[in-house]
Amino acid sequence: MVKRTALLALLAAVLVFPAVFTLPFPRHVMIMIFLYGSLAVAWNILAGYCGQISLGHAVFFGIGAYTSTLLVARAGLTPWAGMAAGAALAVVFSQAVAFPVFRLRGHYFAIATIAVGEIVQTLVINWDWAGGARGVFVPIKRPDSLWNFQFHESKALYYYVALGLLLLGLAVTRWLERSRHGYYFRAVREDQQAAASLGVNVAREKHRAIAVSAGLTALGGTFYAQYIFFIDPESVLSLSLSILICLVAVLGGVGTLWGPVVGAAVLVPLSEYTRVWLGGTGRALDVVIYGALIMVIAVLQPAGLVGLAARLGRGRRG
Amino acid sequence: MRALLEVRDLDVLLGDYQVLWGARLAVAPGEIVALLGPNGAGKSTLLNTVSGLLRPRAGAITLDGAPITGLPAHRIVGRGVGHVLERRRLFPYLTVRQNVWLGAYHPGARAGREAQFERVARLFPVVTARGAQLAHTLSGGEQQMVALARGLMARPRLLMIDEPFLGLAPRVVAELAEAIRAINREGVTILFIEQNVELALSLAGRGYVLESGRSVLDGTAEALRRSPGVRRIFLGG
Repeated sequence: MVKRTALLALLAAVLVFPAVFTLPFPRHVMIMIFLYGSLAVAWNILAGYCGQISLGHAVFFGIGAYTSTLLVARAGLTPWAGMAAGAALAVVFSQAVAFPVFRLRGHYFAIATIAVGEIVQTLVINWDWAGGARGVFVPIKRPDSLWNFQFHESKALYYYVALGLLLLGLAVTRWLERSRHGYYFRAVREDQQAAASLGVNVAREKHRAIAVSAGLTALGGTFYAQYIFFIDPESVLSLSLSILICLVAVLGGVGTLWGPVVGAAVLVPLSEYTRVWLGGTGRALDVVIYGALIMVIAVLQPAGLVGLAARLGRGRRG
Repeated sequence: MRALLEVRDLDVLLGDYQVLWGARLAVAPGEIVALLGPNGAGKSTLLNTVSGLLRPRAGAITLDGAPITGLPAHRIVGRGVGHVLERRRLFPYLTVRQNVWLGAYHPGARAGREAQFERVARLFPVVTARGAQLAHTLSGGEQQMVALARGLMARPRLLMIDEPFLGLAPRVVAELAEAIRAINREGVTILFIEQNVELALSLAGRGYVLESGRSVLDGTAEALRRSPGVRRIFLGG
């Protein structure tokens, strides 16, 4: 009951936030929290619940970004159609790569996902029609319109779209947690052979997990493209993005509903504010702090900040 | 007598290493059969191959006369073969109740799972008494009961149990043996692995002995108990 009230209060607070904070910067920080939060939530479905650690999620993000952007720039379609197409393409791609990659387990799987990410990035860098290494601009259209998914006057609409993506990811995760598929995912995570011996179709459950995860990640990619108006292989297909998505979830708490959101709420402001305070010279400082935080978390509480909070909560009651 | 499960001339390799050499056994409906043999004889490999976790290089496995050789594990569960793995292999961070429900994965089991859960909980009260506890917090004996309960959720005709008594206190062993008899009385055929010959043959009606991957002996519990071959294999005498 208390928890429900607190959640509703939090939801109300984020809904009125743009009315209170009218400057672009605080809104931008929140948008980035929502975006990275939703990416980490999507990653968490595959890695946290199903136990398949992917370090190649930038591929799905990139598919979302490139599909919508190319459809806008080359065919004049609305980015919303591109968003749906990008998600669908990411799902299809995930199923195709999953066949060989899921034959590997544990660390070998993680390494294979890095390889997939690097291959796709290299291919796009050499693909002239898609802009190659120079990237693609989203054609600017005025005036602002929801149809064109471009808002130059105010970030408020971006804010709500990003919030919507995050809430969608959370809703899917919540549904999964309670559905039998969520249990199958966790069974696969904890003991593949035992799951198989009970009749769980391990391969099919993994394919399901990566499909959901890939589709949600691609939605974030389209959002990013429409927010930044420029994508290139370095910004949307890089290994560092894949690792960042993973770090956000690990810091907050893998395999928990709120962990990825908490991780984003801590890491994104850290990154944005160090950039503001230190400018270009502070470029990598946020990464140094991430690294330190991850080490502290790994040693003290592998369940992440959410796990730490749960432990403190138990300590207070007990 | 038509066999429920029949294994013929099974060759299984783990990597490059051949573990089973022409292994065979047959289990009739309603029986309790023990699979005996020293460490490394290939007992677990045999069960893992029957349940589809491993693929044989050669040989045939039939269930009720229909071949199931090489089918994936989830299909074989759907045919009515349950498999409780060695060392229980519960999902440690799921609750007892969640563990048991996970046993009702295949579509056939999903339909009647509430009724089956009640039946299973009657056999193993620990399933409801400790339902909300994480599986890894249970004692070894309780975990084994939960593993059996989970294996029964798919309503198997044949339940294969890999070393159910491993590491349990004598009192718990007796309790568990009684539970296995009760499962059998409800019409489930049992094939189990055990290294303690005396214990195994007190529970089983018949037994098979594997040695170095070959089926070397079989017979009724009575015959095996008196067999000099069993004495030689297990006591080295």
